[in-house]
Amino acid sequence: MLRLTSTLRLCLAALLLALVGCASTSGGNPLDPFEATNRKIDAFNESVDQAVLKPVAKSYQDYTPNLLQTTVKNFFGNLRDMWSVVNNGLQLKPKETVETGARVVVNSTIGLYGLIDVGTHMGLQRHTADFGQTLGYWGMPAGPYVVLPLLGPSTARDTAALLVDRHGDPWGQINPVASRNQGIALRLVDKRAQFLGMDDRLNEVALDKYSFVRDAYLQKRRAEVRRGPPSDVDELEEKQ
Amino acid sequence: MFHQRIAILTPWFHRVINTWLWVAVAAIGLPAHASQQAPDAFMQQLSNELMEVVRKDPAVKSGDMQKLANLVDTRVLPNVNFQRMTASAVGPAWRKATPEQQKRLQEEFKMLLVRSYAGALSQAKDTQTIVVKGFKGSAEDNEVVVRSEIRGGNEPIPLDYRLEKNPDAPGGWLIYNFNILGVWLVDNYRTQFSQEINAKGVDGLIATLAERNKSNSRK
Repeated sequence: MLRLTSTLRLCLAALLLALVGCASTSGGNPLDPFEATNRKIDAFNESVDQAVLKPVAKSYQDYTPNLLQTTVKNFFGNLRDMWSVVNNGLQLKPKETVETGARVVVNSTIGLYGLIDVGTHMGLQRHTADFGQTLGYWGMPAGPYVVLPLLGPSTARDTAALLVDRHGDPWGQINPVASRNQGIALRLVDKRAQFLGMDDRLNEVALDKYSFVRDAYLQKRRAEVRRGPPSDVDELEEKQ
Repeated sequence: MFHQRIAILTPWFHRVINTWLWVAVAAIGLPAHASQQAPDAFMQQLSNELMEVVRKDPAVKSGDMQKLANLVDTRVLPNVNFQRMTASAVGPAWRKATPEQQKRLQEEFKMLLVRSYAGALSQAKDTQTIVVKGFKGSAEDNEVVVRSEIRGGNEPIPLDYRLEKNPDAPGGWLIYNFNILGVWLVDNYRTQFSQEINAKGVDGLIATLAERNKSNSRK
């Protein structure tokens, strides 16, 4: 992970926020003005994925005992839930805040620092929320679609929000750095392993994987950010 | 004499006709009422049936694509308006396509979707249930949106359907679009299809779909 000075971070954030307002395009999908660049980064990500991440994730899935995989998934899920509680709170959603908060409490205590997912057994569902979602909830538009190197699909707003998400990530505070990086790598592999099945499916049913993933991602993100249940579903159909 | 005959027959005749008429009306009316459920009740019933199959059917457990595809064909497709789905995904080019092209498009798209739906089914877990949350619209509407959720994992997965009223359908309603995690499937395919049509025309799209289906079935 890059160590950015606070000045550099501010500049990056400002640049990305400026991009949010930038809607000019020369034909093509208005939501994806940087399509040419995005496709190149996407192709790069695919090649790294095929060469490194996917085989590692596959080995992880095939050779790691299921119990251990579940434990890893639970642990990182619990850390993410902590940040979700903050964001649900920022979005003034009492039910989601309380329910996810209860999960964190139960899983961190009875669930031994998050290793066991007691919360789900108790019927407490998580409501994942990140800072990009919070910004969107309070009215900030998503801005153009961007594909981040190694991190994958995002939008201008969500990329800027990543900087805040990094601060909200409890694992980011772990020292020494070597242990922190090992944890980050493990989390990445665990995440990838969870998506192995879906990836195969995508390759089968998408005619153009890049645009399929882009359109699905943008729709999904809009739904996540929206207040309450999707009441204006027609607006979605028209936009497409 | 003739008049007398008719005078005697008429009131009796009327009564018989009236009774039979009411029976006939009731007979025609009754099945329609019986199958014309509220759209959310219909989706809950269909979802429950599907989850039952997921729990019990060995084909689902085995992950056998062919068997799963058959399952989707027999259980799910009778409740889907496939022509409308295809026309919607193909967009403006549909009206310009020949009936033969339209037929081919429908067949290939159906195969593609059955595969992706079957794939999704194979990932379903025993512990999951589908809870229908209600529908947007009123019972008199011809088109509604039904909202449901897949529960049982750590996070509820939203699953919505667009239904149209159709008295000939087994449940009185037909699905013409569905949405998972906020993604309307037909809309997503609209972009995919328009890219292909712009590059290679409708026949090019049919060829691409056929090619993809063939390579999928080889797996």
